[in-house]
Amino acid sequence: MTPQDRELVARLCAERAGLRVEADRTYLLENRLGPVARREGFASVHDFVCAVRDRDEERLIWAAVEAMSPAETAFFREPQALGCIVAEVLPELARRRDGGPLRLWAAACGAGQEVYSLAMALAEAGPPGVAIEIFASDLCERRLEKAQAGIYSQFEVQRGLSAHRLVEHFEAADEGFALSPRLRQMVRWRRVNLIEDLSRIGKFDLILCRNLMGRLLDEARGRVLANLEEALAPGGWLVLDAEEVVPGLTADSGRPGFFRRSAAARAAA
Amino acid sequence: MKLCLVVDDSRVVRKVARRILEDLGFEVAEAGDGAEALAWARTAMPDVILLDWNMPVMNGLEFLRRLRQEPGGDLARVLFCSVENDLDRIREALDGGACEYIMKPFDGDILASKLTLAGVL
Repeated sequence: MTPQDRELVARLCAERAGLRVEADRTYLLENRLGPVARREGFASVHDFVCAVRDRDEERLIWAAVEAMSPAETAFFREPQALGCIVAEVLPELARRRDGGPLRLWAAACGAGQEVYSLAMALAEAGPPGVAIEIFASDLCERRLEKAQAGIYSQFEVQRGLSAHRLVEHFEAADEGFALSPRLRQMVRWRRVNLIEDLSRIGKFDLILCRNLMGRLLDEARGRVLANLEEALAPGGWLVLDAEEVVPGLTADSGRPGFFRRSAAARAAA
Repeated sequence: MKLCLVVDDSRVVRKVARRILEDLGFEVAEAGDGAEALAWARTAMPDVILLDWNMPVMNGLEFLRRLRQEPGGDLARVLFCSVENDLDRIREALDGGACEYIMKPFDGDILASKLTLAGVL
């Protein structure tokens, strides 16, 4: 890749998705774009980027941007946070709700490991008698397709997933291990670009959005946070990475990364 | 420092595992089959055992059964580490008393993840 190639990809990522891509990280760029270039039939990443530049086709542009979006790859990456959601937050939300399902949204779900970890934890120890709807979204169409299929390689199922959960929740598949249909059917999927207008996406009692904020440009980060905050149902929780600080949202002192809309914001809404 | 006994008839696997485990802060001992591992355990019961399934003299499952009958043998955390990737075999290992199961080939991330899940890292 030439410096001009890298700068073009960084600029497209910033414009289309608010992603912070450092143009000097040649290895990362080539590593992510290499498979896309091969899939699209180009001899090299450079040829692919030239086509992105010269043809100005939306499909190719998005193939490049989506490939550069964050890709979480481990099951149960933050088991304490998941445990807290299942054992404390959801029962508390269920108590305050009069009927109706709890709506959860994994906003940057990657290839599905995090949202399926949540589904597994709910299947094992979720609040009894509480209907729960899980929605999952990602910027990357191909990752969503993989997530929907629920098939993971031998390497993938060994990152964060216990052997007990593997035998409990997975079946043998031709190319690895397939999550049980019961768990796959717990999740509904949709491609979402979080910097776009999300006013019609609905309200959620809990929104998970981890491993993304640090990869966004400042302005995009503000827009994404505003969108997610707007999508929170009254009393709902936004769960980010543990180290996040979010102006305008109230952090839970005992649960790092857990935020609620402040009383002033709730009153204004 | 926790002691991890690597039980595998492949010298290459033992060497790879030793390097990763030492980097993770374990003291490492090695055995080439179940019988040798049992002799080791009788001398100094390891905290953790990384255990191959198919080995000459005594296989991993038989070793695990005998280990659990030894004084203090119920305390060692046993992680199977095998080329067997059939879910029924994994279930059999867990039913036999293993706390985790690693499918070969493995790398440092997988080994660290499984040791964390086993509560020894």
